[in-house]
Order: sequence, then C-alpha cells, then structure tokens
Amino acid sequence: MKNVMGKVGRMGIGAVKYFTLILGAFVSLIPLVTVFITSFKSVKEYNTTGALALPENWLNFENYIVAWNKAKMPLAFLNTAIILIFTLIGSIITGTMIAYVLSRFKFKCNVLIKEAFLLANLIPGVTMQVSTYKIMTALNLVNSIPGIIILYTGTDIIAIYIFMQFFDSIPYSLDESAIMDGASYITVFFKILFPLLRPAIVTVMILKGVSVYKEYYMANLYLQTKTKLVTISTSLYTFTGEYGNQYNYICAGVIITIIPVLIVFLFLQKHIYSGMTKGAVKE
Amino acid sequence: MKSPQGCACIPAVTCCLRRVQVRNNKALKWIKGRQGRQLMTIVLFSMVPLALLIVFTYLPFAKMVEFSFFKMKYIGKREYVGWDNYINVFTRKDTKEAFLNSFYYLGGGLIQLALALYFATILSFKIRFRNFFKATLFFPYLICGIAMGFIFRFFYTRGMVLDSVLALFGANADKLPYWLKDTKINNFSIAATSVWRYMGQSMVLFIGAIQSVNAELYEASAIDGATKWTQFKYIILPSIKPIVAMNVLLSVKGSFSAFEGPYVITNGTNGTATLVLLMHRLAHEGGKVGLASAMAIVLLGIIIIATIIQKIVLALFFTERDA
Repeated sequence: MKNVMGKVGRMGIGAVKYFTLILGAFVSLIPLVTVFITSFKSVKEYNTTGALALPENWLNFENYIVAWNKAKMPLAFLNTAIILIFTLIGSIITGTMIAYVLSRFKFKCNVLIKEAFLLANLIPGVTMQVSTYKIMTALNLVNSIPGIIILYTGTDIIAIYIFMQFFDSIPYSLDESAIMDGASYITVFFKILFPLLRPAIVTVMILKGVSVYKEYYMANLYLQTKTKLVTISTSLYTFTGEYGNQYNYICAGVIITIIPVLIVFLFLQKHIYSGMTKGAVKE
Repeated sequence: MKSPQGCACIPAVTCCLRRVQVRNNKALKWIKGRQGRQLMTIVLFSMVPLALLIVFTYLPFAKMVEFSFFKMKYIGKREYVGWDNYINVFTRKDTKEAFLNSFYYLGGGLIQLALALYFATILSFKIRFRNFFKATLFFPYLICGIAMGFIFRFFYTRGMVLDSVLALFGANADKLPYWLKDTKINNFSIAATSVWRYMGQSMVLFIGAIQSVNAELYEASAIDGATKWTQFKYIILPSIKPIVAMNVLLSVKGSFSAFEGPYVITNGTNGTATLVLLMHRLAHEGGKVGLASAMAIVLLGIIIIATIIQKIVLALFFTERDA
C-alpha cells in the first residue's frame, strides 16, 4: 500500500514538473511566436485578423523587405559588425594584458588596482553616462565609430576577471622556465600564455559579443547621426516614429534582429551557458 | 659656419655626453636586469587599461559628484546650488515616482529568482526534453532590449496577443484592463517583461552552480531515504549560497537601472518612468544635468549599500556554517 502511494506521489510530482515546464516554455515562446506570425501578414490581414490567427501566406516577405530597407538594416548590420569586431579585439588585448600583470607580478599597487576594477564593476554603465557624455564630447569621441569602440572597450571589466581567473589556473613554473631560458616577459606573454588563453577568450567573446549586440543606450547617445552611424538596436528603434502601430512591419524588423542571435545560439549553446557561468563568478 | 664659441664648447659637450652614456649604461643594465624588465612590463601592459578605467569610470564619477552641486546644462554657464539637487531628488514628484517604480522591478526580481531556482533545480536532473526547455526558457535573455520592448508593446496592446490568449481561456475580452494605460497595473505589466527577459539568465547561473555540487552527495542521501525537498534544502541550497547572493545583487542592480522596457513600451508615460529613463530625459532632453547627476549619485549609493549588505549577509552565512 505504501509502495503504491509512493508511486502515485512520484507520478504526481512528475506531472507537476512537466506541467510547469510546459507552462514556462509557453510563456517564453508566445510573445515570440506571435511576433513571428504577424511578420508575415499583409497590412489588410493585420488590420482584420486577430493576433493568434495564422497568416494566409507564409512566404509573404513584403514586411521584411520594407523593414530591411526603411530602417537601414544593411548599414546597421555592417556598423554593428565593425563595432563588435574591434571591441572584441580591444577588450581581449587590454583585458589579457592587465590580467597578466595583476596575476603574475607582485608590486605595490597590485591589490589597489584589482580593487579599483572590482569597484568599477559594481556600477551599472548607464548611470554614468550623464557625465561620461561630457568627457566623450571633450575627447571628440561623440558621433564616431572608433569613439564608441573605445568606450565599450574601456568599460569592460568582467573580461579582466575572466582572464585573471584563467591565468591563475596556468602554473607559474611555465613562465619561470621560459624566463630562465632567456625569454622576455613580452615573449612569455605572447608566445606561451596567450595561446593557452583560448577558452577564456571564447568566453569573453561570447559575453562581450552578446552585450555589444544588444546595447542600445550608449549607441543611441553617442552615435547621433542616425542616417550613417546606425546600429542594430538604434535602427530598430526608428520604428517607433515611422510605423507607430503598424506592427506587421515592426514585427518583421524584430525578427530580423533576432535571427543572427538565434543562429549563434543554436550553434554555440553549450559555450554560451558555460561562458555565462564563468563570467558570473566575479560579478 | 662654426663660431669660436661653438668650438670652445666641444670638450664640455663630449664630457657631458660621456657622463650621460655612463648613466645610460647603468640604466640599461638595470633595465636588462630582472626587476627592471618586470617594471617595464608592468608599466607597458597596464598603461592603456588603467587609462581607460580612469577616463571612463573614475573621472566620470568624480565629474558627476561635481555636477550634482550645480545647476547646469552641457553647454553654457553653471551656477553653484549646494545641496539643492539632492533635496530635489527626494522631493520632486517625478523623481519620487521613479524611485518608487523601482520597487515593482525589485518585486519582479524576487519572482524571477524564485522561478529561476525552481526551474534550475528541475532541469539539473534527468528529465525529458531537458535541452529544449532550458533553451526556450533562456533564449529571451539574448534578445536586445529594444526588440523586447516592441515585442511587449505589441503583446499588451488592446485586443492583441495577451487579450487574445486570455480570451482563448475564456476571459471576457471587453472587461480586460488596459495593460499599459491603467496606472494601477501598468508598472506590473512592464516589470513582468523584465522577469521574462532575465529569468533564463538567473536560471543558467543556478544550473551551473547546482551541477558543480558533488553528485555523490545526491546518491548517498537518496540511499539514506532523503526526499527531493530535503535534498534541495540541505544539499543544493547551502552549496549555491554564493550564487544566490550574487543573483540577488545582479537583480537589485538591474531593478534600479531598468531602462529599455519602459522606454520602448510606454516611453515612461502614465507613471511608468524609471530612474534611468528619467535621468536620461532630464540630462539629455531637459537640460538638467545637475539634477540628473544627483539622481545618479543617489542610485549608485543604493547599489553600493546593497553590495555591502550582500557581503555582510554572505559572511554571516558562512561563519554560521563553519561554527
């Protein structure tokens, strides 16, 4: 009797588990699925059918064409790609360099500098922009792509922690023996340690890549000539004015920005999960 | 073209040069020595990152403190006003409202963490379609804030997604509230979008922590007859405490700096402006840079206090366990 009760109880728990998971997946997906459906509807269809009604023609790409051209999406993708690539390069170079110094050398200000980075990491970037704006203006970095790349690179602190953790896991005897053989510190860094950092670099590329791709606030504030210096998120924002409530176009624009992320996610799922976990330890 | 004076100078110059050379040699030796090389590397490698840290974090911070005592715009003359901006932060209707609105997001954050912990626990063990569920619950985190804003502006629009779904389950479509206009509920609606967006992030972090727990502990406790709930309470929860604390801090930070949701969904109308949204308006559209700076300083103060509390609580927990 007790056994049967246990079995029923376990089945009950199992049912609750699956029910909540399905509910969670439903809540996660319904906003996305409805946007996807709407992106294929013609203006007339959009105005006459409900949000859950399927489109008549799944191959109606008219909204996509309009969104792609009107919001300057090709230019936005190009700009975002340029910003992304150079920000990643900048973050990786500066991040590995300072991490190397902080984890390999003992000197007076070492702990102080570490704490300075840690403290900076607490501050949400958006709250600092009131005054950063003035500094960016003084440095003549407003309205320039190199300007925003420097800003994104300069406010990337989590990368430094990921690299420091990784350096700590590489035995110091490796550096030591190379230096005994007469290699300079710079050679040790570039020839011996840098290649070993590959997993950490992948982690940083994922975390930083996601955050730069998504970033809106600074892109909007500092890249002001929206005809030329448009990024994915600022181009998407132009839909607020032009299309107001014509959601068939807006939804197509939203889907266009989601597609690259979805592709990357499907291919790099495991790396993304583990990258996030690694990046979180020091936050 | 040689002048007599120039000729007279030559011996002195060569002497000087020789002295420099000797000093240079000493310096060279030192530079080539281990200590010198280390110092060179340290300076060379930390110059740029440190300069960036100072220019884009500490200098803006110092400037913001300075600005907060002035009535000023980005361009033009400014006027020293003492603590007026800070007094305004706590007395103006719009700033008070924005501060209070943060609590909707804090509440959302709590729900988000509870859900994340629940799903993370389920998904850390054998279950069918595990990867599918994990991916679906996580994916919203990867969508950019502006896209998310549009998705939910559409979602909540009268007669659109949410109303249709509720009607499907038998709700009377005419009696449903205006999700974004009704000031009693619109902040709940927008804070819920934050839960939708960030739950997956917290969940993935929790899963990572739970999976780093020694699997033998579960087996041993299962043999001893432990139920799932006791396993959760006595094995999982104690070992992921640091990650829970970190997630709490992340969501506090996120709650006080919420921006994109209300910015796109309502543009802060009908009482939905958040702190960052209001700060952005005041500084970049309203020409009230001083007031916006004071708001930012108060905001940072809150975040720093929250961090200190987190550290203390964590320390207490750990000493308690050690004792």
